[in-house]
Amino acid sequence: MTSSFYIAWRYLTFNKVRTATLIACVTLIAVVPLALEVLLAESERQLLSRAESTPLLLGARGSALDLVMNGLYFDDEVPELVSMAAVNAVEDSGLAMPIPLYVRFHARRLPIVGTTLDYFDFRGLAIARGRQLALLGEAVIGAGVADRLDITAGDTLLSSPETVFDLAGVYPLKMRVVGVLARSHTPDDLAVFVDVKTAWVVQGLVHGHQDLTRPKDPTVVIDRTEANVVASAKLVEYTEITAENVDSFHFHGDPDQYPLSAVIVVPEDDKSGTILRGRYLEGERLYQLVVPGTVIDGLLANIFRIKNVLDAVILVVGIATVLALTLVFALSVRLRQREIRTVFRIGGSRLTVARLVGAEIAIVLAASAILCAVVTLAVYQYSGDLVRALFVR
Amino acid sequence: MIRIDSVDFAYPAAEFRLRVPAFHVAPGEKVAVIGPSGSGKTTLLNLVAGILVPQQGRVDCAGVAVSALSDRERRDFRISTIGFVFQDFELLDYLHVLDNILHPYRITGALRLTGQVRARAAELARQMGIGDKLRRRVDHLSQGEKQRVAICRALLPSPRIVLADEATGNLDPRNKGHILELLFGSVAAHDATLLAVTHDHELLPHFDRVVDFGDFRSAA
Repeated sequence: MTSSFYIAWRYLTFNKVRTATLIACVTLIAVVPLALEVLLAESERQLLSRAESTPLLLGARGSALDLVMNGLYFDDEVPELVSMAAVNAVEDSGLAMPIPLYVRFHARRLPIVGTTLDYFDFRGLAIARGRQLALLGEAVIGAGVADRLDITAGDTLLSSPETVFDLAGVYPLKMRVVGVLARSHTPDDLAVFVDVKTAWVVQGLVHGHQDLTRPKDPTVVIDRTEANVVASAKLVEYTEITAENVDSFHFHGDPDQYPLSAVIVVPEDDKSGTILRGRYLEGERLYQLVVPGTVIDGLLANIFRIKNVLDAVILVVGIATVLALTLVFALSVRLRQREIRTVFRIGGSRLTVARLVGAEIAIVLAASAILCAVVTLAVYQYSGDLVRALFVR
Repeated sequence: MIRIDSVDFAYPAAEFRLRVPAFHVAPGEKVAVIGPSGSGKTTLLNLVAGILVPQQGRVDCAGVAVSALSDRERRDFRISTIGFVFQDFELLDYLHVLDNILHPYRITGALRLTGQVRARAAELARQMGIGDKLRRRVDHLSQGEKQRVAICRALLPSPRIVLADEATGNLDPRNKGHILELLFGSVAAHDATLLAVTHDHELLPHFDRVVDFGDFRSAA
């Protein structure tokens, strides 16, 4: 039997391209479902662990999935917005601690998460380098952001305009990075955290500019009434918040109406959570209070329904590949008639030929299995990062 | 050693038919078979080796009624008794020289591949002038070198009967004599019998007997 494997090995190494193609086919057909299984299991684990560690999420009525994906995984799809009044309402109830979230803007394609310091305590996020947020215009970045953008505490980061065609839009804000979070292997690793007020500065709702009460250039003021001062385009707006200009930053309008994308609601206890959920079930409420775990369960149920279809497709493709490989081997036996005749003439039998072909198949399958195991192990090893990069963030 | 009686053989769906009323080769005898192309010389060797089985008649080799054996018995007989130098070498391109020489040992359980066998294969190859090419693939060899590999493979198990189909056909005149000398030497050393098909009339004086095979051929 060893000799059969030796001769088979010689044959396979002689026909390198054919052998490599066969091994690649078998490996692919085996590794795709396995890797998919590993990635789905990891995405399920990540999605569920994040969702289950978030008791309740408050947001505007609409898609609960959009709300959860944006609020927990910082998805780019921004749900209908709520106002700061929603935070105050939860706070006033005395039943839970609200943590505002404003996930709408980006800095170099990474989400800017406007929130409060409570968020870091709630998620158990620790500062690895630098310090925590203290002033307007400061940012704390996730470990993944630091790696990807090669920046650290002391560097600056520009917010990205929402649309490059919005000529009347606000200027990008130059944020000072004051801290880098320890790696958490969650979507927080790839987020830029700022105080929620800084997020409003990015939006232009809070802004700072030269003092219009005593303008150096009188032509800057077009009109002045008791309620309003109208400035011309000459007005210099600050694109960076510094110790010198921070006092000039101010709110326009009612801060209670300032927007948020979601509010994480941390109830005092189960009973408080149940009471709150009951309150937000009322039909006329503009808000919805969802249990992220339930929403993600629903999402996963859909994903696994799709996966079942995908499994069936992979099975069919797998059967087709096996049939194709069978054909390849059958044709190769036909093409190798001269060699088979030689084996017969020098004393081999049909069994000898079967053993040789069997050994070739066994080597191809073994090589594919090893390759498949290596790829699957690699996928398993990096599944966390892969899932964050491909699916969750 | 070889006895053929009243053999009648025809290939399926072919017009060729070989009739051999009687053909005998004594033990240790070196017999050359000559005849025009298509006269059935190669078919005769295949009948003796048990590769082909006659529809009628009887083929006895080394005291065994080859034509009466089962497929498996004929294979075992061929491995244990016959050394066959094929006209078209029957070498495998993907194996190197030494592996081709050792090929019969690798595909059958009847022959045991030992260190001694390997050493003998290397020595035989050296004697044939291809000792420095043991690790070279056969598709990189000249026709003459391939012929020598085929001869080494046939002689390695020290067979009692050596069948050679144009064994020196691809060799240059200078090497022809040397290889033939080795072939005869090996046959004599093992007290073997040699039945060789050849078109080369220069070689005929080296044989004990020459049989003109054209006489046996007839149309179906």
